[in-house]
Amino acid sequence: MEHKNWNGFKAGVWKDEINVRDFIQQNYKEYCGDADFLAEATPRTKNMMKKLESLFLLERQYGGVLDIDTATVSSLTSYSPGYIDKENELIVGMQTNRPLKRGVNPFGGMRMVRQACEAYGYKLSKKVEEEFRFRTTHNDGVFRAYTDEMRQARKCHVITGLPDAYGRGRIIGDYRRVALYGVDKLIAEKKKDKALLASEAFNTERIRLDEELYQQIAFLGYMKEMAQMYGFDISEPAGSAREAIQWTYFAYLGAIKEQNGAAMSLGRVSTFFDIYIQRDIENGILTEEGAQELMDDFVMKLRIARHLRTPEYNELFGGDPMWITEAVGGMGEDGRTLVTKNSFRVLNTLYTLGSSPEPNLTVLWSNALPENFKKFCAKVSADTDSIQYENDDLMRPIYGDDYAIACCVSAMKVGKQMQFFGARCNLAKLLLIAINGGYDTTSGIHIGPQMSVMDTEKLDFDEVMERYQIYIEWLSHLYVNTMNIIHYMHDKYAYEKTQMALHDTDVERFMAFGIAGLSVVADSLSAIKYANVKPLKDSNGFITEFETTGEFPKFGNDDDRVDLIAKDMTHRVITELRKNDTYRHAVHTLSVLTITSNVMYGKNTGATPDGRKASAPFAPGANPMHNREENGALASLNSVAKISYDDCRDGISNTFTITPEALGRDEEERVNNLVTILDGYFKKKAHHININVLNRETLKKAYENPEAYPNLTIRVSGYAVNFNKLSREQQREVISRTFHEAI
Amino acid sequence: MSVSGRVHSIQSMGTLDGPGVRFVVFLQGCNLRCGCCHNPDTWEMQGGTEYTAEEIVKRASRFKEYFGKEGGITLSGGEPLLQADFAREIFTLCHKEGINTCLDTSGSVMNDKVRALLDETDRVLLDIKYTDGEKYRKYVGCDLEKPIEFLSYLNGKRIPVTLRQVIIPALNGDSENAKKLRAVAEKYENVDKTELLPFKKICQVKYDKMGIEFPFADYGTPDRELMQKLNDIIKER
Repeated sequence: MEHKNWNGFKAGVWKDEINVRDFIQQNYKEYCGDADFLAEATPRTKNMMKKLESLFLLERQYGGVLDIDTATVSSLTSYSPGYIDKENELIVGMQTNRPLKRGVNPFGGMRMVRQACEAYGYKLSKKVEEEFRFRTTHNDGVFRAYTDEMRQARKCHVITGLPDAYGRGRIIGDYRRVALYGVDKLIAEKKKDKALLASEAFNTERIRLDEELYQQIAFLGYMKEMAQMYGFDISEPAGSAREAIQWTYFAYLGAIKEQNGAAMSLGRVSTFFDIYIQRDIENGILTEEGAQELMDDFVMKLRIARHLRTPEYNELFGGDPMWITEAVGGMGEDGRTLVTKNSFRVLNTLYTLGSSPEPNLTVLWSNALPENFKKFCAKVSADTDSIQYENDDLMRPIYGDDYAIACCVSAMKVGKQMQFFGARCNLAKLLLIAINGGYDTTSGIHIGPQMSVMDTEKLDFDEVMERYQIYIEWLSHLYVNTMNIIHYMHDKYAYEKTQMALHDTDVERFMAFGIAGLSVVADSLSAIKYANVKPLKDSNGFITEFETTGEFPKFGNDDDRVDLIAKDMTHRVITELRKNDTYRHAVHTLSVLTITSNVMYGKNTGATPDGRKASAPFAPGANPMHNREENGALASLNSVAKISYDDCRDGISNTFTITPEALGRDEEERVNNLVTILDGYFKKKAHHININVLNRETLKKAYENPEAYPNLTIRVSGYAVNFNKLSREQQREVISRTFHEAI
Repeated sequence: MSVSGRVHSIQSMGTLDGPGVRFVVFLQGCNLRCGCCHNPDTWEMQGGTEYTAEEIVKRASRFKEYFGKEGGITLSGGEPLLQADFAREIFTLCHKEGINTCLDTSGSVMNDKVRALLDETDRVLLDIKYTDGEKYRKYVGCDLEKPIEFLSYLNGKRIPVTLRQVIIPALNGDSENAKKLRAVAEKYENVDKTELLPFKKICQVKYDKMGIEFPFADYGTPDRELMQKLNDIIKER
């Protein structure tokens, strides 16, 4: 196929098949220079940003939600067009008809929508209630099929945060396809796939796929209609940089209008856009200033994306996040870097527009990245605390060089792989249930294999492990079955039509399980092994406290005695999970990631043998427990780096906070040192790190006086938040974390 | 035969004691009693924990990936020259591992063992506490000639030196002192950097905990402007 809008692009197989990667590889221009070429924000951008700032302020004053349209079910064409400032916008399109106004999306579950409306002083309209009276939601479907045991596991919080009442998210459409090929070509390809399917024997799987293809094609049509409402015809390929960004944004916008998934990530668009920008600059129709403006305007749109959530949801996923994750940088399989000038521009938005948690900028770090880019990233990190880093050298051999990150740490090939999100199970609670022979002392629920409470003066490591293993096996079986129900129902009642239309028809699926409380469990087992742990029983004969005497090694000090316990735990869990069949033959993966739910998980977990008190927060993700690190920052990093990515293919999250003084004496030293730390950490085969360079005092001041710090952004666990949007409890937990300080 | 010594503490990530990212080992024991000392808990020779040189280097090696082009190991203290055999063994083993070595010292001890240690030292952070002989004797307890002779020896061996000085406004916060320090730096061509460190009093808690008096508790700390002014003098040539 040929198209006039492809003039100037180098040919490749991308012209004959849907293959964005090949287009990128044939046409992108790597950039190894420094950041000096970057343009500042234009007056137009500054004015637009001012408007947004005042809207953000208003939103905060309204208690976090500016407005809700309770009468319209969110979909691609259900709202009239909305603008911030029509005449001055370069990229257009809004989720509803006004900025920051939230839509309702009951396909995931009605109850969640009702509660969310009520929490902010609204009431879901009769109209929507009526429309959904005879409709089954994803949530309805799941609870029809849940077994008693699944309900109990949910109730006692041994598995929590499951996407059984809200959209599962974590699917990245290849939004770039719309820009490169135009919607008509994508529809034609999907029709071909559907026709091919007709010659196969129709079993359950193929019938389901056949119906899904029908829906995908229909929603590609709605996407065109939506763009038409804004005055754009996206049936043909984009012809300029502005169009490429606009087309891609329309595709993403369609997805977030249709779905309120937990994480609605963007993918890997910056270098793709660079090809168009470069072409326009070479043709003399775009300047550097203009290029930055386009990126600024695009990023502004991403910063006002919102979903309607309940307060309970915010307890798990604090800060009102959308996880609009954009993967930046990385290396190509041929050894060229995928860093382009536009990789710099997208990071530069943190200066032109100020720091911000969204989009969730994620640098794919390789040892081979251009030195200039490394330094620029480190500088942006030190200045804004807004970016995270993931190990490209670890992921590229597995996913190739056109993968992206969904949510925080979940890698997938763009348009070729997707995942079934599965929140996490509470390993620390499971340990306590095991010791109590199948009883959860915090909820008073009997669950799992029933046996006697461990009756001993001193817990014996081997006996505890033998028992723990039985419960891990039990939980793994239950967890996989629960996930199978959830995703069967999500496919049935809340299928992601728009996003899946932007995937290959033959897609590879992951089923992403997770664990919380890893460092609590590692330290607890270490205490049992190396110190004396005496269990203390309550009046009902259940163990609710522990008396721990003597020294024991703690996770976070580069001490193999305990670090290998943590590594072994992840291996045990994934090994057991793999023994259970998954829905749609999804590949089992595991993450060590908590988002902000480490506070809530801790709240629901009794005292543990490591000395952690009942209800005290866990450390986030794979972090060592707060303030147990005795040998400094690198020792802590080494401990986390020992957890194997082969066991945890859905990511291992580490959040690292250091004071500026501890990182070096001046900016140049700080930047250089941060670069060598990142190089070192990733050479150790670690997977992910959030970098915060700040003082505890800043957070304390923001806690006391939020108005003075409206834009304070910090990385928490796989994403960034506006500090003010965290609950008080979450804020306190963040303040209490380990800050690596100068001595 | 393995050489062992006494270690106060280990910091896996030091960015302030020598170039780049460094594994810093604080050795136990000091011959001086500087009024501004922020590690009084390193004074006693018998405190700390005993380690062999192999153990230290084995641990340091786990951090090699983070050292980059500039980083490495730093021995600080206390006064590492008091355990020169131990320090030398650590540095020798580090060099076998390709780890850059740096010594943070007052330069107040010189003997055969120290000279052997310096054979394995890639850089010295030399703390010249005062440039005035009288003050040096009064607040440090030894002669200024000692660190100067030490510096001269390093110059002869062409070992690069970072000169350091803790700035206590009332004692050495004047321009005259900064100029004198600059003159020292200029006289010895192996000095390629001079670092002025602001006097801080966060160590007060350590003194309280040990139940001893912090001799400089009443001295003021320098503000940003003073540090800037002195740094400007140091940079003038």
